[in-house]
Amino acid sequence: MKAYIKGISYYLPETIITNEEISRRFPEWSVEKIISKIGILKRHVAGEHETASDLACKATEKLLTEYNIDKSTIDYIIFVTQSPDYILPTTACILQDRLGLSTSIGAIDVNQGCSGFIMGISLAKGLILGGMAKNVLLITAETYSKYIHPKDKGNMTIFGDAAAATLISTEGIAEIKNFSFGTDGRGAPNLIVKTGAQRFLKPMNDLVFDEKGNLKSSDHLFMDGAAIVNYTLDYIPPLVVDTLEKNGIEKKDVDLFVFHQANKFIMDLLRKKLRIDEDKFYKYYEETGNTVSSTIPIALYHAMSKSVVKSNSKVLIAAQGLGYSWAGAILEFTD
Amino acid sequence: MELKKFIELFAEQFDDTASELFTPSTIFKDLEEWDSLTALSVIAMVDEELEKRITGADIRTSKTIEDLYNLAISN
Repeated sequence: MKAYIKGISYYLPETIITNEEISRRFPEWSVEKIISKIGILKRHVAGEHETASDLACKATEKLLTEYNIDKSTIDYIIFVTQSPDYILPTTACILQDRLGLSTSIGAIDVNQGCSGFIMGISLAKGLILGGMAKNVLLITAETYSKYIHPKDKGNMTIFGDAAAATLISTEGIAEIKNFSFGTDGRGAPNLIVKTGAQRFLKPMNDLVFDEKGNLKSSDHLFMDGAAIVNYTLDYIPPLVVDTLEKNGIEKKDVDLFVFHQANKFIMDLLRKKLRIDEDKFYKYYEETGNTVSSTIPIALYHAMSKSVVKSNSKVLIAAQGLGYSWAGAILEFTD
Repeated sequence: MELKKFIELFAEQFDDTASELFTPSTIFKDLEEWDSLTALSVIAMVDEELEKRITGADIRTSKTIEDLYNLAISN
Protein backbone atom coordinates (compact mmCIF):
# COMPACT_ATOMS: atom_id res chain seq x y z
CA MET A 1 0.00 0.00 0.00
CA LYS A 2 1.17 3.52 -0.84
CA ALA A 3 -0.27 6.95 -0.06
CA TYR A 4 -0.59 9.71 -2.62
CA ILE A 5 -1.63 13.33 -2.85
CA LYS A 6 -4.60 13.21 -5.16
CA GLY A 7 -5.51 16.90 -5.38
CA ILE A 8 -4.86 20.32 -3.85
CA SER A 9 -7.02 23.46 -3.90
CA TYR A 10 -6.98 26.61 -1.85
CA TYR A 11 -9.00 29.65 -0.95
CA LEU A 12 -7.98 33.18 0.02
CA PRO A 13 -10.42 35.51 1.80
CA GLU A 14 -11.59 38.58 -0.15
CA THR A 15 -10.11 41.47 1.83
CA ILE A 16 -6.59 42.42 0.72
CA ILE A 17 -4.01 44.49 2.60
CA THR A 18 -1.58 46.06 0.13
CA ASN A 19 1.92 47.34 0.83
CA GLU A 20 0.65 50.83 0.01
CA GLU A 21 -1.87 50.54 2.83
CA ILE A 22 0.77 49.31 5.30
CA SER A 23 3.10 52.13 4.26
CA ARG A 24 0.29 54.66 4.73
CA ARG A 25 -0.28 53.39 8.27
CA PHE A 26 3.44 53.08 9.06
CA PRO A 27 5.26 55.79 7.07
CA GLU A 28 8.66 54.53 8.28
CA TRP A 29 8.08 51.39 6.17
CA SER A 30 8.16 52.28 2.48
CA VAL A 31 6.60 50.07 -0.17
CA GLU A 32 10.09 49.63 -1.68
CA LYS A 33 11.52 48.49 1.64
CA ILE A 34 8.74 45.93 2.17
CA ILE A 35 9.28 44.52 -1.33
CA SER A 36 13.07 44.43 -1.14
CA LYS A 37 13.28 42.91 2.36
CA ILE A 38 10.07 40.90 2.84
CA GLY A 39 9.15 40.37 -0.81
CA ILE A 40 5.41 40.19 -0.18
CA LEU A 41 3.14 42.34 -2.38
CA LYS A 42 -0.18 41.69 -0.67
CA ARG A 43 -1.87 39.51 1.89
CA HIS A 44 -5.49 38.45 2.28
CA VAL A 45 -7.27 38.68 5.62
CA ALA A 46 -10.49 37.07 6.85
CA GLY A 47 -13.54 39.21 7.53
CA GLU A 48 -14.59 40.10 11.06
CA HIS A 49 -17.02 37.18 11.31
CA GLU A 50 -15.14 34.83 8.99
CA THR A 51 -13.25 31.98 10.68
CA ALA A 52 -10.64 29.46 9.56
CA SER A 53 -13.40 26.85 9.22
CA ASP A 54 -15.27 29.16 6.82
CA LEU A 55 -12.14 29.38 4.68
CA ALA A 56 -11.73 25.61 5.04
CA CYS A 57 -15.23 24.97 3.63
CA LYS A 58 -14.54 27.15 0.61
CA ALA A 59 -11.17 25.49 -0.08
CA THR A 60 -12.77 22.03 0.22
CA GLU A 61 -15.67 22.93 -2.09
CA LYS A 62 -13.09 24.05 -4.68
CA LEU A 63 -11.17 20.79 -4.27
CA LEU A 64 -14.30 18.65 -4.69
CA THR A 65 -15.28 20.58 -7.84
CA GLU A 66 -11.85 20.93 -9.45
CA TYR A 67 -11.02 17.23 -9.06
CA ASN A 68 -14.60 15.97 -9.42
CA ILE A 69 -14.41 14.12 -6.09
CA ASP A 70 -17.43 12.29 -4.71
CA LYS A 71 -17.54 13.55 -1.12
CA SER A 72 -19.13 10.34 0.14
CA THR A 73 -15.73 8.66 -0.47
CA ILE A 74 -13.98 10.86 2.12
CA ASP A 75 -13.49 8.73 5.22
CA TYR A 76 -11.33 10.94 7.49
CA ILE A 77 -10.79 14.67 8.09
CA ILE A 78 -7.64 16.17 9.53
CA PHE A 79 -8.03 19.87 10.22
CA VAL A 80 -4.75 21.68 10.89
CA THR A 81 -5.37 25.00 12.58
CA GLN A 82 -4.42 27.24 15.47
CA SER A 83 -7.53 29.35 14.86
CA PRO A 84 -10.29 26.94 15.93
CA ASP A 85 -13.94 28.02 16.06
CA TYR A 86 -14.18 27.12 19.75
CA ILE A 87 -11.94 25.98 22.61
CA LEU A 88 -14.06 22.87 22.30
CA PRO A 89 -15.54 20.97 20.47
CA THR A 90 -13.17 19.91 17.69
CA THR A 91 -13.59 22.10 14.60
CA ALA A 92 -13.10 19.05 12.32
CA CYS A 93 -16.37 17.62 13.70
CA ILE A 94 -18.18 20.84 12.76
CA LEU A 95 -16.61 20.64 9.31
CA GLN A 96 -17.91 17.08 8.83
CA ASP A 97 -21.43 18.44 9.19
CA ARG A 98 -20.95 21.66 7.25
CA LEU A 99 -19.33 19.84 4.32
CA GLY A 100 -22.05 17.18 4.32
CA LEU A 101 -19.60 14.33 4.77
CA SER A 102 -20.48 10.85 5.95
CA THR A 103 -20.99 10.37 9.69
CA SER A 104 -18.95 7.13 9.44
CA ILE A 105 -15.63 8.99 9.43
CA GLY A 106 -12.90 10.08 11.82
CA ALA A 107 -12.30 13.79 12.39
CA ILE A 108 -9.46 15.40 14.32
CA ASP A 109 -7.91 18.84 14.75
CA VAL A 110 -4.15 19.17 14.71
CA ASN A 111 -2.69 22.21 16.46
CA GLN A 112 0.44 22.97 14.44
CA GLY A 113 1.69 26.07 12.68
CA CYS A 114 3.97 26.26 9.67
CA SER A 115 4.99 22.59 9.86
CA GLY A 116 1.27 21.65 9.88
CA PHE A 117 0.90 20.56 6.26
CA ILE A 118 3.81 18.12 6.45
CA MET A 119 2.69 16.85 9.87
CA GLY A 120 -0.83 16.45 8.39
CA ILE A 121 0.23 14.40 5.37
CA SER A 122 2.34 12.20 7.65
CA LEU A 123 -0.77 11.36 9.70
CA ALA A 124 -2.84 10.85 6.55
CA LYS A 125 -0.22 8.49 5.14
CA GLY A 126 -0.26 6.55 8.42
CA LEU A 127 -4.04 6.18 8.28
CA ILE A 128 -3.88 4.93 4.70
CA LEU A 129 -0.95 2.54 5.17
CA GLY A 130 -2.59 1.27 8.37
CA GLY A 131 -5.70 0.39 6.37
CA MET A 132 -7.88 2.72 8.48
CA ALA A 133 -8.87 5.13 5.70
CA LYS A 134 -8.78 5.38 1.92
CA ASN A 135 -9.50 9.08 1.27
CA VAL A 136 -8.23 11.53 3.87
CA LEU A 137 -9.24 15.18 3.57
CA LEU A 138 -6.45 17.31 5.02
CA ILE A 139 -7.38 20.96 5.48
CA THR A 140 -4.91 23.60 6.63
CA ALA A 141 -6.47 26.94 7.56
CA GLU A 142 -5.40 29.97 9.57
CA THR A 143 -6.64 33.45 10.41
CA TYR A 144 -3.53 34.74 12.22
CA SER A 145 -4.67 38.26 11.25
CA LYS A 146 -7.08 38.07 14.19
CA TYR A 147 -4.18 37.53 16.61
CA ILE A 148 -2.10 40.42 15.23
CA HIS A 149 -2.25 43.79 16.99
CA PRO A 150 -3.35 46.58 14.59
CA LYS A 151 -0.09 48.44 15.33
CA ASP A 152 2.15 45.40 14.72
CA LYS A 153 3.54 46.29 11.30
CA GLY A 154 6.00 43.38 11.20
CA ASN A 155 3.58 40.50 11.63
CA MET A 156 0.90 42.33 9.62
CA THR A 157 3.30 42.57 6.69
CA ILE A 158 4.37 38.93 6.83
CA PHE A 159 1.23 36.90 7.54
CA GLY A 160 -1.83 36.29 5.36
CA ASP A 161 -4.96 34.24 5.99
CA ALA A 162 -5.78 31.24 3.79
CA ALA A 163 -7.04 27.67 3.67
CA ALA A 164 -5.83 24.77 1.55
CA ALA A 165 -7.58 21.43 1.05
CA THR A 166 -5.59 18.35 0.06
CA LEU A 167 -6.92 14.87 -0.63
CA ILE A 168 -4.62 12.01 0.34
CA SER A 169 -5.59 8.68 -1.16
CA THR A 170 -4.49 5.20 -2.23
CA GLU A 171 -3.74 6.56 -5.70
CA GLY A 172 -3.05 10.03 -7.08
CA ILE A 173 -0.55 12.47 -8.52
CA ALA A 174 2.32 12.39 -6.04
CA GLU A 175 3.46 9.56 -3.83
CA ILE A 176 4.21 10.61 -0.25
CA LYS A 177 7.61 9.08 0.51
CA ASN A 178 9.58 9.21 3.79
CA PHE A 179 9.63 11.90 6.47
CA SER A 180 12.04 13.59 8.85
CA PHE A 181 10.62 15.21 11.99
CA GLY A 182 11.94 17.50 14.70
CA THR A 183 10.66 19.17 17.84
CA ASP A 184 12.24 21.52 20.39
CA GLY A 185 9.81 22.96 22.90
CA ARG A 186 12.45 25.37 24.22
CA GLY A 187 11.43 27.55 21.25
CA ALA A 188 7.81 27.88 22.42
CA PRO A 189 8.13 31.45 23.78
CA ASN A 190 9.58 32.78 20.50
CA LEU A 191 6.37 32.57 18.49
CA ILE A 192 3.37 32.62 20.74
CA VAL A 193 -0.06 33.95 21.63
CA LYS A 194 0.34 33.69 25.38
CA THR A 195 -3.10 34.39 26.78
CA GLY A 196 -6.58 33.04 26.14
CA ALA A 197 -5.98 29.35 26.86
CA GLN A 198 -5.69 27.66 30.24
CA ARG A 199 -2.13 28.65 31.29
CA PHE A 200 -3.05 32.34 31.15
CA LEU A 201 -6.76 32.56 30.57
CA LYS A 202 -7.29 36.27 31.12
CA PRO A 203 -5.78 39.06 29.00
CA MET A 204 -2.61 40.55 30.52
CA ASN A 205 -3.02 43.99 28.88
CA ASP A 206 0.77 44.41 28.90
CA LEU A 207 1.31 46.04 25.50
CA VAL A 208 4.70 47.77 25.21
CA PHE A 209 6.54 49.43 22.31
CA ASP A 210 10.32 49.61 21.95
CA GLU A 211 12.11 52.75 20.73
CA LYS A 212 11.67 51.62 17.10
CA GLY A 213 7.93 51.10 17.45
CA ASN A 214 8.03 47.28 17.62
CA LEU A 215 5.43 46.00 20.02
CA LYS A 216 5.19 43.13 22.45
CA SER A 217 1.87 41.99 23.87
CA SER A 218 0.96 38.74 25.62
CA ASP A 219 -2.56 39.05 24.21
CA HIS A 220 -1.46 39.07 20.58
CA LEU A 221 0.79 37.18 18.20
CA PHE A 222 4.39 37.69 19.28
CA MET A 223 7.36 36.67 17.17
CA ASP A 224 11.01 37.07 18.18
CA GLY A 225 12.40 37.53 14.67
CA ALA A 226 16.04 37.12 15.67
CA ALA A 227 15.31 33.84 17.48
CA ILE A 228 13.32 32.52 14.52
CA VAL A 229 16.16 33.35 12.11
CA ASN A 230 18.65 31.49 14.30
CA TYR A 231 16.24 28.55 14.66
CA THR A 232 15.92 28.38 10.87
CA LEU A 233 19.71 28.45 10.45
CA ASP A 234 20.22 25.80 13.15
CA TYR A 235 17.59 23.25 12.19
CA ILE A 236 16.55 23.52 8.56
CA PRO A 237 19.83 22.70 6.76
CA PRO A 238 20.19 19.45 8.84
CA LEU A 239 16.47 18.74 8.23
CA VAL A 240 17.06 18.82 4.47
CA VAL A 241 20.07 16.49 4.81
CA ASP A 242 18.07 14.07 7.00
CA THR A 243 15.08 14.12 4.63
CA LEU A 244 17.40 13.17 1.74
CA GLU A 245 18.99 10.39 3.82
CA LYS A 246 15.63 8.98 4.95
CA ASN A 247 14.67 8.72 1.27
CA GLY A 248 18.01 7.30 0.13
CA ILE A 249 18.62 10.09 -2.36
CA GLU A 250 21.06 12.96 -2.81
CA LYS A 251 20.51 16.67 -3.25
CA LYS A 252 21.16 16.43 -6.99
CA ASP A 253 18.27 13.93 -7.33
CA VAL A 254 15.74 16.53 -6.18
CA ASP A 255 13.98 18.32 -9.05
CA LEU A 256 12.32 21.00 -6.95
CA PHE A 257 12.58 22.30 -3.40
CA VAL A 258 9.30 23.62 -2.00
CA PHE A 259 9.98 25.07 1.42
CA HIS A 260 7.62 26.78 3.81
CA GLN A 261 7.10 30.16 2.14
CA ALA A 262 7.85 32.33 5.17
CA ASN A 263 9.01 35.47 3.31
CA LYS A 264 11.77 36.58 0.93
CA PHE A 265 14.32 37.17 3.68
CA ILE A 266 14.04 33.68 5.18
CA MET A 267 13.75 31.96 1.78
CA ASP A 268 16.85 33.73 0.38
CA LEU A 269 18.75 32.92 3.56
CA LEU A 270 17.95 29.20 3.28
CA ARG A 271 18.59 29.01 -0.45
CA LYS A 272 22.03 30.56 -0.04
CA LYS A 273 22.86 28.48 3.02
CA LEU A 274 21.86 25.23 1.29
CA ARG A 275 23.36 26.32 -2.07
CA ILE A 276 20.21 25.46 -4.03
CA ASP A 277 19.98 26.77 -7.63
CA GLU A 278 17.31 29.43 -8.22
CA ASP A 279 15.55 27.30 -10.84
CA LYS A 280 15.12 24.42 -8.38
CA PHE A 281 13.85 26.62 -5.56
CA TYR A 282 10.15 27.34 -5.83
CA LYS A 283 8.79 30.60 -4.49
CA TYR A 284 5.20 31.61 -4.02
CA TYR A 285 4.67 34.25 -1.37
CA GLU A 286 4.30 37.56 -3.21
CA GLU A 287 0.53 37.23 -3.71
CA THR A 288 -0.41 35.65 -0.38
CA GLY A 289 2.19 36.36 2.30
CA ASN A 290 3.05 33.69 4.86
CA THR A 291 -0.16 31.66 5.18
CA VAL A 292 1.33 29.43 7.92
CA SER A 293 0.37 25.76 7.29
CA SER A 294 -1.04 26.52 3.82
CA THR A 295 2.13 27.89 2.17
CA ILE A 296 3.39 24.53 0.93
CA PRO A 297 0.09 23.26 -0.57
CA ILE A 298 -0.47 26.68 -2.20
CA ALA A 299 3.06 26.63 -3.64
CA LEU A 300 2.58 23.01 -4.84
CA TYR A 301 -0.73 24.01 -6.47
CA HIS A 302 1.03 26.72 -8.49
CA ALA A 303 4.08 24.58 -9.25
CA MET A 304 1.70 21.92 -10.66
CA SER A 305 -0.49 24.33 -12.60
CA LYS A 306 2.55 26.00 -14.20
CA SER A 307 4.05 22.56 -14.94
CA VAL A 308 7.14 23.32 -12.85
CA VAL A 309 6.68 19.81 -11.49
CA LYS A 310 6.52 17.15 -14.15
CA SER A 311 6.04 13.39 -14.29
CA ASN A 312 8.51 11.60 -12.04
CA SER A 313 9.67 14.86 -10.42
CA LYS A 314 11.06 14.42 -6.93
CA VAL A 315 10.01 17.34 -4.75
CA LEU A 316 11.52 17.99 -1.33
CA ILE A 317 9.15 19.79 1.00
CA ALA A 318 10.40 21.23 4.31
CA ALA A 319 9.00 23.55 6.94
CA GLN A 320 10.06 25.19 10.17
CA GLY A 321 7.18 25.96 12.47
CA LEU A 322 6.44 27.36 15.88
CA GLY A 323 6.65 25.03 18.83
CA TYR A 324 9.37 24.57 17.60
CA SER A 325 8.21 21.87 15.21
CA TRP A 326 9.89 21.10 11.89
CA ALA A 327 9.41 18.45 9.24
CA GLY A 328 10.49 17.40 5.77
CA ALA A 329 9.41 14.83 3.19
CA ILE A 330 9.84 13.77 -0.41
CA LEU A 331 6.93 13.77 -2.85
CA GLU A 332 7.44 11.73 -6.01
CA PHE A 333 5.14 12.73 -8.84
CA THR A 334 3.68 9.90 -10.90
CA ASP A 335 3.63 9.46 -14.69
CA MET B 1 37.98 38.54 10.31
CA GLU B 2 39.37 42.00 11.03
CA LEU B 3 37.19 44.68 12.56
CA LYS B 4 37.61 46.85 9.44
CA LYS B 5 36.11 44.15 7.19
CA PHE B 6 33.31 43.51 9.71
CA ILE B 7 32.36 47.20 9.64
CA GLU B 8 32.28 47.13 5.83
CA LEU B 9 29.96 44.11 5.86
CA PHE B 10 27.85 45.67 8.63
CA ALA B 11 27.44 48.82 6.50
CA GLU B 12 26.34 46.71 3.51
CA GLN B 13 23.19 45.76 5.44
CA PHE B 14 22.03 49.38 5.14
CA ASP B 15 20.64 51.00 2.00
CA ASP B 16 20.39 54.70 2.82
CA THR B 17 23.06 55.38 5.46
CA ALA B 18 26.31 57.12 4.42
CA SER B 19 29.32 54.78 4.73
CA GLU B 20 31.37 57.33 6.73
CA LEU B 21 28.87 56.95 9.58
CA PHE B 22 30.11 53.42 10.22
CA THR B 23 33.09 53.38 12.61
CA PRO B 24 34.10 51.05 15.47
CA SER B 25 32.44 53.42 17.96
CA THR B 26 29.21 53.94 16.00
CA ILE B 27 26.20 53.40 18.28
CA PHE B 28 24.36 51.44 15.63
CA LYS B 29 20.92 51.49 17.24
CA ASP B 30 21.01 55.31 16.97
CA LEU B 31 21.30 55.14 13.18
CA GLU B 32 18.01 56.26 11.70
CA GLU B 33 17.83 53.30 9.32
CA TRP B 34 18.43 50.69 12.04
CA ASP B 35 15.34 48.55 12.72
CA SER B 36 14.31 44.98 13.48
CA LEU B 37 14.84 43.97 9.84
CA THR B 38 18.40 45.33 9.80
CA ALA B 39 19.05 43.28 12.94
CA LEU B 40 17.98 40.13 11.08
CA SER B 41 20.22 41.02 8.12
CA VAL B 42 23.17 41.44 10.50
CA ILE B 43 22.49 38.02 12.08
CA ALA B 44 22.40 36.46 8.60
CA MET B 45 25.60 38.30 7.56
CA VAL B 46 27.48 37.08 10.65
CA ASP B 47 26.34 33.51 9.93
CA GLU B 48 27.37 33.69 6.29
CA GLU B 49 30.61 35.65 6.51
CA LEU B 50 32.00 34.69 9.93
CA GLU B 51 30.27 31.33 10.29
CA LYS B 52 29.36 32.51 13.78
CA ARG B 53 26.01 32.86 15.46
CA ILE B 54 24.82 36.00 17.23
CA THR B 55 21.52 36.25 19.07
CA GLY B 56 18.95 38.97 19.59
CA ALA B 57 20.36 39.29 23.13
CA ASP B 58 23.87 39.91 21.70
CA ILE B 59 22.44 42.74 19.62
CA ARG B 60 20.49 44.15 22.58
CA THR B 61 23.56 44.20 24.86
CA SER B 62 25.94 45.68 22.26
CA LYS B 63 26.23 49.43 21.99
CA THR B 64 28.83 49.96 19.31
CA ILE B 65 29.71 48.06 16.16
CA GLU B 66 32.97 47.04 17.85
CA ASP B 67 31.01 45.60 20.81
CA LEU B 68 29.01 43.43 18.42
CA TYR B 69 32.16 42.42 16.53
CA ASN B 70 33.81 41.30 19.78
CA LEU B 71 30.75 39.28 20.76
CA ALA B 72 30.48 37.71 17.30
CA ILE B 73 34.11 36.55 17.14
CA SER B 74 33.97 35.18 20.70
CA ASN B 75 30.82 33.09 20.03
